[in-house]
Amino acid sequence: MANEPASVGLSKCPAGIQGLDEITGGGLPRGRPTLVCGSAGCGKTLFGIEFLVRGATQYDEPGVFMAFEETAEELAQNVASLGFDLDELVRQKKLSIDYVRVERSEIEETGEYDLEGLFVRLSYAIDSIGAKRVVLDTIESLFAGLSNDGILRAELRRLFRWLKEKGVTAVISAERGDGTLTRQGLEEYVSDCVILLDHRVTEQISTRRLRIVKYRGALHGTNEYPFLIDDAGISVLPVTSLGLQHEVSSERVSSGIPRLDSMLTGRGYYRGSSVLISGTAGSGKTSVAAHFVQAACRRGERTMYFAFEESQGQLVRNMRSIGIDLEPWIKSDLLRFHAARPTLCGLEMHLATIHKWVGDFQPRAVIIDPLSNFTSSGTTTEVKAMLMRLIDLLKSNQITAIFTNLTSGGRPTEQTDAGVSSLMDTWLLLRDVELGGERNRSMYILKSRGMAHSNQLREFLLTDHGAELLDVYLGAEGVLTGSARLAQESREKAAALLRQQELQARQRELERRREALEAQIAALRAEFQAQEAELCRTITQYQARETQIAEDRLAMGHSRQSESDGDKRLASGKTQQEENL
Amino acid sequence: MTGDQGMSDAVLAPPDDQVWHLRLYVAGRTPKSVAAFVNLKRICEEHLQGRYRVEVIDLLEQPQLAKGDQILALPTLVRQLPPPLKKIIGDLSNEERVLVGLDLRCADSTARP
Repeated sequence: MANEPASVGLSKCPAGIQGLDEITGGGLPRGRPTLVCGSAGCGKTLFGIEFLVRGATQYDEPGVFMAFEETAEELAQNVASLGFDLDELVRQKKLSIDYVRVERSEIEETGEYDLEGLFVRLSYAIDSIGAKRVVLDTIESLFAGLSNDGILRAELRRLFRWLKEKGVTAVISAERGDGTLTRQGLEEYVSDCVILLDHRVTEQISTRRLRIVKYRGALHGTNEYPFLIDDAGISVLPVTSLGLQHEVSSERVSSGIPRLDSMLTGRGYYRGSSVLISGTAGSGKTSVAAHFVQAACRRGERTMYFAFEESQGQLVRNMRSIGIDLEPWIKSDLLRFHAARPTLCGLEMHLATIHKWVGDFQPRAVIIDPLSNFTSSGTTTEVKAMLMRLIDLLKSNQITAIFTNLTSGGRPTEQTDAGVSSLMDTWLLLRDVELGGERNRSMYILKSRGMAHSNQLREFLLTDHGAELLDVYLGAEGVLTGSARLAQESREKAAALLRQQELQARQRELERRREALEAQIAALRAEFQAQEAELCRTITQYQARETQIAEDRLAMGHSRQSESDGDKRLASGKTQQEENL
Repeated sequence: MTGDQGMSDAVLAPPDDQVWHLRLYVAGRTPKSVAAFVNLKRICEEHLQGRYRVEVIDLLEQPQLAKGDQILALPTLVRQLPPPLKKIIGDLSNEERVLVGLDLRCADSTARP
């Protein structure tokens, strides 16, 4: 402890085990012993080996493995499958393996003793390669080999103190006890950091879990984290890795269906978003996903398709029937398939597989088809946790992900089996509409975060040249699709024709009326003209007659020639009369 | 432990019988290791007079030897010959148990003709 600079926070020693450094905030406490406990077969030895191998290969920290259970040869063989070449590391003086055999039948105890021999061996091994890391696996075996518990405990206490003084980061593995962390209560002595490994089988599928029971002087994740042992060693998968701190893109990617893009404000999904396509059986989920695959491949983006229901061949054949040919993309390695049954392995293994593929292939788009099948290999909570991590993984890599979800009949469609809808950014719902003796597909956008998407229900048609979205007809009985829509269309056509004819008839009527009116006007005018002419003639006759009378009177005056004054008066009177006319 | 070398090489082997090869591992001259050596010497003289060879190994000087004989506890007495290999740990203060551990009880009563 004396040579530990403990003042500036706890120095940490990166374990190099995938995910562990993340949840411990940097690794195991440097220069201190860490206790790793768990029942048989939960990966304690591997934990230790990987801690040393990673230290030797990645952090240039040589390590000593003191094995109490397996010989060096056995260990080397056991971890060779993980790609760890222990013999080579030993040759390079980066690793020292010391097998300590304790056989009670060979040992007779007489009087006082101590474990100085163990100290000497450990010290020698540490000094010979300049080790910074030590693993003691499993030191509790000593209790089986030696009978004097008192001496053992005292010596173990001394050993852990000695390890601290040596300044090596130690991992001490111990068997899980009944109701206690370790069988011999080692947690009393090694109390800086305690990691518990667990291996549980639920519904015949096993899951390994890791929990940091205690970590003195450091913040750490307190959850149980599933971990895997695969051909790359241990990987701990933090359920909620680093919180929600993904980079977000406002770039949009086409869904491959033009009409759907226009429903999503004309530009499709956000890049790096998670899209859920849920629907009942046969509602066209895979087809919508395939459209996206095609669109992504056309953009030249690598796409990874995880099929958990259909084989690659079957999918390619089926998609060809709607005019999507995936074959060329597969050939040009833009599209890769991974088809497996969900029950093939546990959820964690699936997650790891996806992890691995995503890491290897670096896709821009990922399809999970369908995610509902995962519920057959785990409980809802587990599936949700797993998907959350999956989405985290994809989002942090800016991968657009399409998940399909089969909604079983009779259940509310606006619910996924795994309850993951809240994790999704865009949710398309495909629905069967049963009407007029047939089923038809319809689609709508239930949600799409960050865009003003259409609220319209669309009829969804699968044609031999792809998926099409059509406006739906709203009739008295609700939404009309399929034949009902066609019937409605023809009905509407007939009605329109009828209206057209009506209009034309009205126009003709108007015309006819106008003509009739005009004819009437003409007749009236003609009558008027006739009357006018008549009247004019009468007037003229009257005037002629007056003139005649006046002339007659004048003539009569002339003939009488008696009263000249009277003539003048008459003459003036005539003039007045003429003026009046 | 420079003086031990001379003592441990004291070999007295009667031609008709097996020579016992004993190795005592210690770490420095601690009270326990001194006690162990004294006790061993006494028991050997008593039961194996002239038929034994004791080699004392100080692991502080030769730590690499600890691995070979799977030494863990100290002091440890290893019977290398006659086979099988036997280990007795502790300061050898309990003579009865040392004799049982070295199979000397049997050797005394039955093995010798």
